[in-house]
Amino acid sequence: MTSIILLSVFGIANLFIGFMKSKRILLPLALLFLLIVFAVNLFSWNDTQSYFNNMLTIDNYAVAFTGIMTLTTLLLLPFSQRYVREGDSNLAEYYSLLLFSLVGAIMMVSYENMLMLFVGIEILSIAMYVVAGSNKKSLRSNEAALKYFLMGAFFTGILLFGIVLIYGATGTFNITEIGAAQIATGGVMNTMFILGLLMLLIGISFKISAAPFHFWTPDVYEGSPTFFTAFMSTVVKTAGVAAFFKLMAAAFAASYAAWFPTMIAITVLTLVVGNIGAVIQTSAKRMLAYSSISHAGYLLMSLVAFNEKSASSILFYSLAYATASITAFGVLMLVSDQKGSDKYEAFNGLGRTNPLLAFAMTVSMLSLAGIPLTAGFFAKFFVFSAVLQESSMLWLVVIAVLLAAVGIYYYFRVVIAMYMQPAENYEKIQVSGVASFTLIFISVLTILLGIAPALVSDIL
Amino acid sequence: MITALLLFWPALAALLVLLIKGQGAKKVAFVAALVEFALSLFALSGFNAENGGTQLALNFPWIESAGISFSIGMDGISILMVLLTTFLVPLIVLSSFKHDYKNPNVFYALILFMQTGLIGVFVAMDAFLFYFMWEVALIPIYFIAAVWGGENRIKVTFKFFVYTIFGSLFMLAAFVYLYLQTPGIHSSDVNAFYQLALSSGEQSWIFWFLFIAFAIKMPVFPFHTWQPDTYTESPTQATMLLSGIMLKMGIYGVIRWLLPIVPMGVSQWDELVLILAIIGIVYGSIIAIRQRDLKRLVAYSSIAHVGLIAAGIFTLNEQGLQGGVIQMLSHGINVVGLFFIIDIIFSRTNTREITSLGGITQNAKALSIFFMILLLGSVALPLTNGFVGEFLLLSGVFQYNYIYGAVAGLTIILGAVYMLRMFQGVMFGTKSEATESFTDLTMNEMAVLIPLVIMVFWIGLFPNTFLSISEPAVINLLSIINR
Repeated sequence: MTSIILLSVFGIANLFIGFMKSKRILLPLALLFLLIVFAVNLFSWNDTQSYFNNMLTIDNYAVAFTGIMTLTTLLLLPFSQRYVREGDSNLAEYYSLLLFSLVGAIMMVSYENMLMLFVGIEILSIAMYVVAGSNKKSLRSNEAALKYFLMGAFFTGILLFGIVLIYGATGTFNITEIGAAQIATGGVMNTMFILGLLMLLIGISFKISAAPFHFWTPDVYEGSPTFFTAFMSTVVKTAGVAAFFKLMAAAFAASYAAWFPTMIAITVLTLVVGNIGAVIQTSAKRMLAYSSISHAGYLLMSLVAFNEKSASSILFYSLAYATASITAFGVLMLVSDQKGSDKYEAFNGLGRTNPLLAFAMTVSMLSLAGIPLTAGFFAKFFVFSAVLQESSMLWLVVIAVLLAAVGIYYYFRVVIAMYMQPAENYEKIQVSGVASFTLIFISVLTILLGIAPALVSDIL
Repeated sequence: MITALLLFWPALAALLVLLIKGQGAKKVAFVAALVEFALSLFALSGFNAENGGTQLALNFPWIESAGISFSIGMDGISILMVLLTTFLVPLIVLSSFKHDYKNPNVFYALILFMQTGLIGVFVAMDAFLFYFMWEVALIPIYFIAAVWGGENRIKVTFKFFVYTIFGSLFMLAAFVYLYLQTPGIHSSDVNAFYQLALSSGEQSWIFWFLFIAFAIKMPVFPFHTWQPDTYTESPTQATMLLSGIMLKMGIYGVIRWLLPIVPMGVSQWDELVLILAIIGIVYGSIIAIRQRDLKRLVAYSSIAHVGLIAAGIFTLNEQGLQGGVIQMLSHGINVVGLFFIIDIIFSRTNTREITSLGGITQNAKALSIFFMILLLGSVALPLTNGFVGEFLLLSGVFQYNYIYGAVAGLTIILGAVYMLRMFQGVMFGTKSEATESFTDLTMNEMAVLIPLVIMVFWIGLFPNTFLSISEPAVINLLSIINR
């Protein structure tokens, strides 16, 4: 709760500090704010509290995901250096919007009442609609914002409709009570309930860009400024999946049989669309967009596994995916800013001009591909072992394994470009000190988690 | 403790080498690899060869809540593989001294880093540690081959990489399944896997999940398509690492992680595997006969040799397994020697085409002698190392089925055909333009070849030095398989 209040206050404070002439203070200040939130959040560990007549519950689940999302934002901010350098007049607003959307994200992982879920999603999304179009002079950015907004509003409507139908069927918004209501009726459910459940599934699937509700993702991710794309594909996705699992575990555990077929279809489709879609891209940014769809698929795998290992595997996967993605988008941002292209060819020769960038990018690609020595390997490992608790789900793991091998193909195209393809001109890419430090930090973290995953995997 | 030291020393040394600028890196890497060899000899001195179980073991929790432990140790088979690795790596490093690779610090650091992975595969006694090390060995070799390789390197090495990862992901899925079958709080220890009571249907599919991973690595026909191109395009050091040591990971994997875990699965499919392996022998040999490029020729000959090893170990008798173990050593030594000689010839003449070479014996007496010895070892002439292994392997296959034995025996005849044809074309006859001013071996090249040739004779004349180390372990393993 303290983190929500602090973030809101800091967000507003940031807006006012933006009136000052010097923009240089904004980045350090925003980093400081996030550090404070990160630290304060940890104090709620093992101290479960309910707020506002059970609207929000801050439990370990919420604290863990809040920690990951705050850390992700913290690590992402250093890559906004371009805005700082160019003296972008809206810098303070960007930071504030990110802080506000983090508030929404935290509500999404700590709600106890479906209305709070809705409010959280809206706080998060509206900030995202704005930042997607923040590059006002770019046609693609405007298109992204419009597309994201129209689709987002439409699916939010579906989500809300679902919430209302569930309310109609059970008479409550509280997720624990919804769960209890089904047990009371012996699992018997009426059409209104099923319809509501289905709409909820569709609404949230849109938010985490699961297929077949993913069509907006590549366009929006590609059109938005890369800095915000990184935020969307990490924090928004983590919040979405964590909210999804919390909802299913608390409210719909009893009706598992009813939603399992739908979810498994969505999962498989997401895996296939994400991985196959990524293969045919020529732009690294668009590839990363599809790769984020495929990772939503892996995250959904542990959701459909739906057992005691699901929560911790989602947590670990989110962390591994988010850290690797920040590097991926961060390096992409640095490279494409200087070379004016986000195609694979833009990475050519990076291994020679910027060994550090190339190394960090390699670690991140290996992690996204799930190769041992990186966090991504254990992330996939925990997901697969969660799924294999039920040996009847072996087929799902086989599909995922095959698609993971496909994933290696497109991630390694970047690695190959960096180390093996000759470049037209070997021009060193300018990286700020704080960005370099962040890249080193993430690489070390990724390798550390790849060697000692127990640091995080056992906490939930 | 010594096992852990063996495992981590190369990785530490790799970090050290990374810091060294310029061509001094190779010297440091060489010294580090020699130290590693000395460590392995020290480990051997503390190893009780009469005990068939795991020794020099170390075990501490890795992911405690999941029952996954960092468990390493060696039995007779492991220690031979470790010795092969530690023996070959310094020679491989030494063999590169005449090359000036760009970014030498990274090149040699990757070789040493890979050594950690290789040793790790051979000493891992926990399934997930094994898988982990399996991939740790792959990543450096991919970069070595892809960054320092020949013209088509990018495409070729990428195929290799994706192919092997594809296989190993199946292995991972099988391991996860097996792990979840272990009772109580699960365990991925090798002995826990050995004790599983799996139904015959489960064993059948687990067999394939594991076999595909190992078969791609070896490679067994028809999973070999990545191999000739990768061997040809890689820099010689990478080819040596791949053929000399890495391929043994696949065979070792079968011995440790396939046969004893799913014996019923093996008995359902061994006939098919033997047939594939024997097809590989004949196919590899015939294609080798048709090759004009020296490196490709040896690459295909390697498919034939590995086919015989695969056939031998799947017979599940003591001769077959012992032959497999000793032949892994022999093949590693011979193939590294042959690739080195091809590298020497290439560096002097700039060609690997048999037709544009010839008459080298006239200028290079010493080279001819070394080449001949390694070649005879490779065609399994008695008194050389190849004979011991192939004899045991073939007698194993004969015990299994004499028709298979007869067909597999073709390897000796066909092997002689392509090897002697190569020797004739390259070394005898009239000098060509390329070999006109061929110079004999340098001291450095001698230093690489002499230890290899000593081993050719040592294994050929006193195979018991090595067979006695692996015998108790093989018997122990067979008793687990026939439980």
